[in-house]
Amino acid sequence: MREILGDIDRWRAQNKRIAVARVVDIEGSGPRDPGAAMAVNEDGEVCGSVSGGCVEGAVVAEALEILNSKSFGRLVKFGYSDDEAFAVGLTCGGVVHLFIQPLSW
Amino acid sequence: MLYTALAERIRKNKPVVLLTVIDGPNTGATLLVAPDQTQIETLGTLGNAELDRVASRDAIGELEAGRTSVRNYGPAGQVTPEDLQDTPVVRVFVESFSPPPQMIIFGAVDFTAALARVAKVLGYYVVVCDAREVFATKRRFPMADEVLVTWPTPVLSARGSNLGPRDAICILTHDPKFDVPAIQGALATSVGYIGVMGSRKTHAKRLERLAEVGVTKPQDLDRLMSPIGLDIGSRTPEETAISICAEIIGKRVGRSVPSLAKSEGPIHR
Repeated sequence: MREILGDIDRWRAQNKRIAVARVVDIEGSGPRDPGAAMAVNEDGEVCGSVSGGCVEGAVVAEALEILNSKSFGRLVKFGYSDDEAFAVGLTCGGVVHLFIQPLSW
Repeated sequence: MLYTALAERIRKNKPVVLLTVIDGPNTGATLLVAPDQTQIETLGTLGNAELDRVASRDAIGELEAGRTSVRNYGPAGQVTPEDLQDTPVVRVFVESFSPPPQMIIFGAVDFTAALARVAKVLGYYVVVCDAREVFATKRRFPMADEVLVTWPTPVLSARGSNLGPRDAICILTHDPKFDVPAIQGALATSVGYIGVMGSRKTHAKRLERLAEVGVTKPQDLDRLMSPIGLDIGSRTPEETAISICAEIIGKRVGRSVPSLAKSEGPIHR
């Protein structure tokens, strides 16, 4: 979170709507530990990361959907074993659980 | 409001915990828990006063352990398996923001600048200390969080009790006047890493001087990583800084790494 505060501050000053995605749990091999965070603003600008670059693209899509749906936030899972919602995964074979929510606090 | 308070505490290196309901009733609700000397301040709510109370207490424990995790509660803070039967589960992400680990570097030499730079990349709060006023300047070490012109003993007696397994002390002086008190002071702390620069010859002489002041216990001498760093053939100050930081990481996570302190033969081949 520390490394994305500067971008979030800038976006807040511009009155942009912002979603924050955080790693809350990992199973098996995962590139980033719980707490790794990225933020996406309503224009699709991104700061931070939650993996080694494997799932960020899908997180942006999910974050924008959350911003546009008035959702309070939801858990999203990415991993090789997950063949449902997303066609992206971690090449390392692990599973990463993210919580994505609007920065309404 | 809550974000502003969180950002401010993170920037000021003050401990803080952010709790977020990630599943169950009130998903997305947040609570900020900020311990100060005398009391615990909270901001926001997870949706129930009793849940806030129980989760805040757990948050302080997680913070002290430096852990970030997901915990399960009942909607009114129930924690026992019996109480949790037949209630919806509230899953709470407890994210700890501990102050950064510290690295204290004794000796204001060229290696110090490189080491301070690499340590900053790794997120350390970096303190550079040397008794020589002309060398220990903020101008020479702009990347350091603090530059102190003083001797090791006062620094370590003032700050030693705050040092723990995540922190590091690197002694780069090569000067017995400075090395010996720095090592004595470092050994009196529970700091996770003590690295001391110098060739094998220098270290052998240093061990004699340490013996003269009564530092002889094998469990103490074992803590000294000297020659400092990994045996990766580093030559420049920057390469040496990488080898020192890699050794610190390896030691912290308990991996067996090719430390110079555990090998033989010349450092530079």
